[in-house]
Amino acid sequence: MDLSYSEQYEAYRAEVASFLAANWPPQGAEQEVSQVEQASRFRAKAIEAGYLARAIPKRYGGSEQDADVLKAQIIREEFARAHAPGEVAGIGPGMLVPTLLERGEEWQKEKFVGPTIRGEIVWCQGYSEPGSGSDLASLQTKAELVGDEWVINGQKIWTSGAHRADYMFILCRTEPDQPKHAGISYLLLDMKRPGIEVRPLKQMNGAADFNEVFFDDVRTPADWIVGRRGEGWLVSRTTLKHERNMIGNASRTGMLLGGLVNLARRTTRNGKRGIEDADVRQRLVELEGYIRAHEYSSYRLLTKAAKQQDAGLIQMMNKLNGTNIGHRAAQIGIDLLGDQSLVAPNPQRTVGPIEGTAWVNQFMWSLGTSLAGGTSNIQRNVIGERGLGLPRDEAAQRSK
Amino acid sequence: MNFDTSEEQDLLQDTLRQFAAQECPPNRVRALFDGDEALDLDIWQKLIELGMGGIAVPDEYGGAGLELLDLALAAEVLGETAVPCPFLGHSLAGLAIQLCGSELQRKTWLPKLASGEVLGSVAFAESASEDGAGGWQPEDWTLAAGDRLTGTKAFVPVGTRSDLIVVGTAGAGLALVEVGAPGLELTDAGGIDRTRHLANLSLRNTPCEPLAKSGPPVGRLRDAALVLLAADAFGGASKCVSMSVEYAKTREQFGVTIGHFQALKHQLANMATEVEPSRALYWYAAHAYDHIQEESERAAALAKSHITSQYMQVARDSVEAHGGIGFTWECDVQIYFKRAMFDRAFFGAPAVHRERIAQMSGW
Repeated sequence: MDLSYSEQYEAYRAEVASFLAANWPPQGAEQEVSQVEQASRFRAKAIEAGYLARAIPKRYGGSEQDADVLKAQIIREEFARAHAPGEVAGIGPGMLVPTLLERGEEWQKEKFVGPTIRGEIVWCQGYSEPGSGSDLASLQTKAELVGDEWVINGQKIWTSGAHRADYMFILCRTEPDQPKHAGISYLLLDMKRPGIEVRPLKQMNGAADFNEVFFDDVRTPADWIVGRRGEGWLVSRTTLKHERNMIGNASRTGMLLGGLVNLARRTTRNGKRGIEDADVRQRLVELEGYIRAHEYSSYRLLTKAAKQQDAGLIQMMNKLNGTNIGHRAAQIGIDLLGDQSLVAPNPQRTVGPIEGTAWVNQFMWSLGTSLAGGTSNIQRNVIGERGLGLPRDEAAQRSK
Repeated sequence: MNFDTSEEQDLLQDTLRQFAAQECPPNRVRALFDGDEALDLDIWQKLIELGMGGIAVPDEYGGAGLELLDLALAAEVLGETAVPCPFLGHSLAGLAIQLCGSELQRKTWLPKLASGEVLGSVAFAESASEDGAGGWQPEDWTLAAGDRLTGTKAFVPVGTRSDLIVVGTAGAGLALVEVGAPGLELTDAGGIDRTRHLANLSLRNTPCEPLAKSGPPVGRLRDAALVLLAADAFGGASKCVSMSVEYAKTREQFGVTIGHFQALKHQLANMATEVEPSRALYWYAAHAYDHIQEESERAAALAKSHITSQYMQVARDSVEAHGGIGFTWECDVQIYFKRAMFDRAFFGAPAVHRERIAQMSGW
């Protein structure tokens, strides 16, 4: 066991740090342009230097570096320390790009990967339907090949960012005669096509991040399919794995504790500052136990990934563990707020530490985390069945 | 960056697991649990032969010269298999002499502890209190130090069969007393965990040998104790999960094994999710003790408070998962339940260490 990095990796860390010192934050004339442009210019240099888009071949706009989870970790740490822009966030770079690289046609990679990782085009995901949530493979949105185009009819729901997206990757039923998992195809779709209607869904916290999307004879070219007809379910599996990693991120849970300690210092409880209250102190440390266990488990995951070994059970529970921590933190936050929790918060999610009534927002947001990308109850099925070897759910087996 | 156990460490754990399966399987554990003997010499002797008497004792004193992490990995397996033995007290006695003893004291005692010639234990607690503090912490010890000791100590592991006891004294000091010394009396305390019998110690003008160092090195001893308790608790909690999972795979109702039912499946998934991440928490605490000393005190307290309370909860959940049989004396769950109660309370309840952490944080 050794938590330090070897000399070779420490040299790499120094390299990354000196790159950052020279390039972020922007200096001189570089500061004149918009923040978006600053970030975009910085990312181009970082790709050039081999620090971003590492898994992506150069011909698609990436930096094509050998896979090295320790270097990747060092880059994340150093970029975070310098508050420098990292990989473009979102479902496009996080989910679509890995899928295209693994399963896409050459022209698809050339057309979509570069602009997506540079943030020039934005994607949304057409998966869930009103009748198909946890049982996603029962989806009914239909695509029929008519001439050289797919014609799509049906409805998607919980589509995050559909109102801002340029494109959608969508699961459609194309082989209605096949068993449910074998009848699905993975299509790409331009959101400017006629026949698409996007209706925002207002969330319980007042924000509207996701939408219902209706399709009325929407056309997309026949070759805008990833993988073969009927392989869509398998193709989509590559991506969900990536999303789980994104949501279960351990460093995000660490920030929750700092935010709560600040809140406890500023609020009053039983006539004392919250942080002096015995019960609050106990609960904060109890939360810290969960946070550290999660954080150190991410070191285990990192080590296993570096050795190219399967981490097993701990990997499967990563998302549920992160979600549970979010719930615990939100509960402490709302208790510390006291009467301030009667005030409706600004529904926009803040970046960085959560402060003041943003905890009311977090109290609701943490529930969203437990639903998105596979609900906590589905996670429990996965842990129970694949992790602990308990029998598969019979209804789910029967419907295959 | 390598946050994983080594092949040698995996071998250590495998060896201990095999030993437990052959020499002390569950039926033997049950028999010892029901018996009145505080020590099964045969089992302990075989553990000594495997090197369990001196894993962390430096090699110049006859030990294996390994780290607290290795000791903790052994504690995990003993927690998982519930082998009745004096490992905890004996290991802590060795660490106490190593951390606080003079060169002469080390030379005198460590080889004897490593070889098992002398069975060691520790006497820290002074009295049971309602808030669980119980005078366990070095800063709370009041027994007057000196060449002779007079007073009482509580909850000495396997005390009635020990040869040498390290006693905590006022001013965060330690002193050695030999069993058989005048004025020394050990009586069974009727401990709830019958795999680790506890004794009460009474001293009346008993000659002792104070260890050379007090204060900070005694704090290190506490950190080590908390890590070993956390590791034991992790092993036990993991075993509670696996026993409950096995039961769900074999017990049938309504014509199917009960693991088919989602209500139970989710309870078991929750138990596993509660426990498994804590492996990294106790590893980290042990690693910090060995290599990141500035984080050691906090990491040890966090691991002990967190994992022992999880163990208690998961032991309760296991009783439920087993149904009626889980509530009986014959079911192994009750043994783990009581080991959980030991780990939780020994050297201070979770609340005590959480408050210590709050203070370390400057809150």
